[in-house]
Amino acid sequence: MPTSPSEFPPPFDPADVIGPPTDAEDERIEVGIAIVGGGPAGLACANKIMQLLENEPELTEKLGEVPVAVIEKGKVAGAHLLSGANMKPSAMEELFPDLPKEEWPVFQEVTKDAVYLLTSKAALPLKPMPPNFRNHGNYVTSVSKLGRFLSDKAEEAGVYILSETAATKLLVEDRVVKGIRSGDRGRGKEGEELGNFEPGSDVVAKATVLAEGTVGHLTYAAYDYFDMHGADPMRWELGVKEVWEVPKPLDRVIHTMGWPLRKSPRYNEFGGTFIYPMGEDKLCIGLVAGLDYTDATFSVHDALQLIKTHPFIKNLLEGGKRVAWGAKTIPSGGYFAMPKRLAVPGMVVAGDAASMVNVPTLKGVHYAMHAGMYAAETIVESLKQDSVNFEAYDEKVHKSLIEKDLFESRNMRQPFSKGFFLGGAMASAMTVTKGNFPGGHWKQEHDSEVEMELGKASDMYVKPDNELTFAKLDSVFLSGNATRDDAPNHVRIQTKVPREIAQTWVSMCPAQVYEIPDEQLENGAAEVDVHVTASNCVQCGAITAKGGRLTLPEGGDGPLYQET
Amino acid sequence: MAGILTYALHDDEGNFNKNSLGAISEAAKLAGQIGGDAGVMVVGDIADDACAALGNWGATKVYRAKDVPEGLAQPIVDAMAKVISDEGFSYALFGGGLLGFEIGAGLTARLNAGVTMEVTEVKVQDGKLVAERPILQDSQIADVGYVSEPGIIIGRLNAFDANESGGTAEVIDVQVELSPWSTKAKMVQRGEQRGADVNIEDAEILVGGGRGLGAAEGFKQCEELAEAMGGAVAATRAVVDAGWYPYAAQIGQTGKTVAPKLYLAAGISGAIQHKVGMQSSENILAINKDQNAPIFEFSDLGVVGDLHKIVPKLTEAIKAKKGG
Amino acid sequence: MKICVLVKEVPDAAVQKRIDSSTMRLDRSGEKNLNPFDTHAIEAAMQIKEGGAIPVEEVVAVTMGPDSAVRALHKAVALGADRSVHLSDDALAGSDVCATGYSLAKVLESEAPDLVLLGQQSDDGECYTIGAVVADHLKMPSLTQVIKIDVADGKLRCERQAEYGYDTVEIELPAVISVGDAINEPRYPSLKAIMGAKKKPLDAKATGDVGIEGGMVGEGGSKTSVLSLNPPPAKQAGEIIEDEDTNETVEKIVAWLDERRLI
Repeated sequence: MPTSPSEFPPPFDPADVIGPPTDAEDERIEVGIAIVGGGPAGLACANKIMQLLENEPELTEKLGEVPVAVIEKGKVAGAHLLSGANMKPSAMEELFPDLPKEEWPVFQEVTKDAVYLLTSKAALPLKPMPPNFRNHGNYVTSVSKLGRFLSDKAEEAGVYILSETAATKLLVEDRVVKGIRSGDRGRGKEGEELGNFEPGSDVVAKATVLAEGTVGHLTYAAYDYFDMHGADPMRWELGVKEVWEVPKPLDRVIHTMGWPLRKSPRYNEFGGTFIYPMGEDKLCIGLVAGLDYTDATFSVHDALQLIKTHPFIKNLLEGGKRVAWGAKTIPSGGYFAMPKRLAVPGMVVAGDAASMVNVPTLKGVHYAMHAGMYAAETIVESLKQDSVNFEAYDEKVHKSLIEKDLFESRNMRQPFSKGFFLGGAMASAMTVTKGNFPGGHWKQEHDSEVEMELGKASDMYVKPDNELTFAKLDSVFLSGNATRDDAPNHVRIQTKVPREIAQTWVSMCPAQVYEIPDEQLENGAAEVDVHVTASNCVQCGAITAKGGRLTLPEGGDGPLYQET
Repeated sequence: MAGILTYALHDDEGNFNKNSLGAISEAAKLAGQIGGDAGVMVVGDIADDACAALGNWGATKVYRAKDVPEGLAQPIVDAMAKVISDEGFSYALFGGGLLGFEIGAGLTARLNAGVTMEVTEVKVQDGKLVAERPILQDSQIADVGYVSEPGIIIGRLNAFDANESGGTAEVIDVQVELSPWSTKAKMVQRGEQRGADVNIEDAEILVGGGRGLGAAEGFKQCEELAEAMGGAVAATRAVVDAGWYPYAAQIGQTGKTVAPKLYLAAGISGAIQHKVGMQSSENILAINKDQNAPIFEFSDLGVVGDLHKIVPKLTEAIKAKKGG
Repeated sequence: MKICVLVKEVPDAAVQKRIDSSTMRLDRSGEKNLNPFDTHAIEAAMQIKEGGAIPVEEVVAVTMGPDSAVRALHKAVALGADRSVHLSDDALAGSDVCATGYSLAKVLESEAPDLVLLGQQSDDGECYTIGAVVADHLKMPSLTQVIKIDVADGKLRCERQAEYGYDTVEIELPAVISVGDAINEPRYPSLKAIMGAKKKPLDAKATGDVGIEGGMVGEGGSKTSVLSLNPPPAKQAGEIIEDEDTNETVEKIVAWLDERRLI
């Protein structure tokens, strides 16, 4: 009996995440501008604000002792960042015009590109290359390294980077955003206060920037509260990525499509791999797949392991050693999923959480940074007039390349629900006509509304050999995940669900957070229990797409990505 | 300078510690190659024949400081520093254990000497000693040489085997002037046993239980087997999470790290989070019904079978062998 | 009373550690963090201060390390230390245990503490001994692996697990105590404390400022040298038995155990 995860909504109320400050007034921490999220959007914003403040002595005084604070839940900025990525240079050039490219935290400029269609045995080069994959002039970078770089620059400029700090509540009073509340630390499995319990604090700010990325804990709740939702619901793809030390350097950026993703519209398996060089001795390989697939046994991590056994790919990894692994979702709703308003009194949203990602071209890093800079400009101008109306930011984004690019590809993701060939043809037509064909708005649905069935996707997967292919738990270990065993469970799902839904979660999760108890695996019951091992979680966000809700663990928990 | 001086730790009844006997045997072996005496430092009022009997493990000379208290490091640093200087020993060698670490460290400062700890093997190169020690969570072995003499070598727990060779040692009494700070620490109570608080990190034999046990009751089998073998019980994170066994017994990435002589894994899959906590065990015996369990890739003896059938029978067989 | 807490910046546990084969030293270019065992030492200092059995005027965090080590000091201050001291000098690079213990003792001498606390081991050195080396130089009584400290009548009553069980030892001040991780559960710093950390006083000192003799430290002053690094001996592929006749299987296991003198 096919069911969809949306029929089993998680025990989570977004209203719990929004409220007024509760600390006594003299206990609250005051900052000028609070930025939630130490990623490209948040840190570009922080750096830009400090640059602008150099010419605004009066405003700098008004902002007080801590003009800008970045609240980051990872151990350091960059610990939770993961992406491909081929970054367009425009944002870095604008933010640091005097910084020579040799000092950029990038691996190399892209000079060669190739796209292949994989079958189970061969790799057929696609020529001419689909234009959306062309990356000449872009820079292969690790967003994890980029985060550390931008964070160091921000600190040098006087920004307070508050890492290991989760922003668990948005402070709102009279429908004006006043800041955020940081999370408690030192609670046990049942939420009880342990011996070293330290409560969070209200951080009040004149302006708040939500740059939380794909997890969007406060952002998505704010969309509900302030009625900001876009025309289409948010959707996501899940990417699982590995970094390998290899003896043979890779000389080109490679994208593949096809095997092992199945082409029929029945399975709705959209995605492909990326293989990027990282200097002379490393490369990264990842698989990105849309979360609107229908087979409950589909697993992105296992599909990636399988892909590595393809002769073409195996050859690239020959003699190499896996040194990193990670997973993260990418918002794929595009233009129509962007919130209808990017600003409300006291707050703006920027980056991935505002759906500023162009999935067909796999670009989001520079959009995030540009948005962060627009936010910085608007906030500085408004605060100078003592105003918390940031609507000018909305205008800036709409007039910018962010809006232009996303509008062009606004319908490009959707055709793939018609299967690989028809979808591919339609997407190509869209590219060529710059989005004018077929025009209009191809409506999307939330990934959790897809009906799941127990299929055969997992029949293809391979048993890990620990040299080329690896199991999930071994991989979680490599992500640097060292979450406390007795930490409270931050994952919100219903724990008794139909087998298809449970299996969807079990296979989907790259970190093996969800399990069906051994004795229920083969007992044929229609409903099963779901056991959650929250400490494995690498906070990729996939569960939010598929019927559950990822809330925030304690600050500092989760992976410690170095160069993903 | 020549010869190697070791330290023989003993309890309040005068029984010598096994790791100390191992150190003496090792020193005797090495002194035989580089020349000089295999000396032993003993503190406290130990009888002549007990001291001389250390020769059975290879000691040639036993230096006894009757008035120096046993159990705290700093008075023994005073004693050994004196003997090393007076007698011209080239090396001081310690068996595994807390006091060995503290005394060796004190001597490092006192004699301005080089020190290597967690040593697993000692070899002779060009008439000098080179200590091998694992580093970076046992991922590499470093060969460490000494630039000057004396050099201090502190062994890892159970690194040196005690070998009896027959023989007696000369017993020499020494007078030691204690440093002022050596009298500022006083033993109030020594060696208190605390209930069932077995420290799994010191156990030589561990029986580890995992999800394969099926239920909390499964640990009874592990306890009985451990008891028969004279060992302790350990657990994986998964079963501790499930409440089957206490956290104090947890081994792995987020628990304890152990290196016993034998690690018997019952119903444990061998995922890396657990593996990193026990991979340095000298011998690993795994029992698991899944032949594809990763633990079989690094066990010394793997048994594919039902632990519920095997473990009780194994316990009986061991009891019989020991009793008989 | 003045308490000095010795802290160290070490590579984060999650970072893959490797040795730079050209210098035979730990490659410290990755992520770094305050040594986890030292957070227990800071917590112990705070508990003594807050306990009130003996008045504590200040808790000072002290470290020896390169420029980046200031982050460890900021963390220590966020956890409660009143100020910090950073001993940093190129001359110290490559110091072994002997040289490091001497250097730390010299910088501590300049502070003249009544109590020195430190974590019993560091994630990178795995030496477990620096406290005892420092104590001998400072001519103070010392204990390592302490899991309980009580203050009474100007003395410390400490518990630690040694070869034969738990020892209870009374120690006179001034003293050097290294603490095990079982001693306490370190507090989390409050946001206010983290933000205020950079404003607390930080004194930078070089070897000359504290009377360290150049010849005693650095690679030249070290008394040990790493001759080579090798991978551990490859483990022989293990034997696998399939249980068909359990009695027979058990016999084989017992024989295997016997062969290795395990029973």
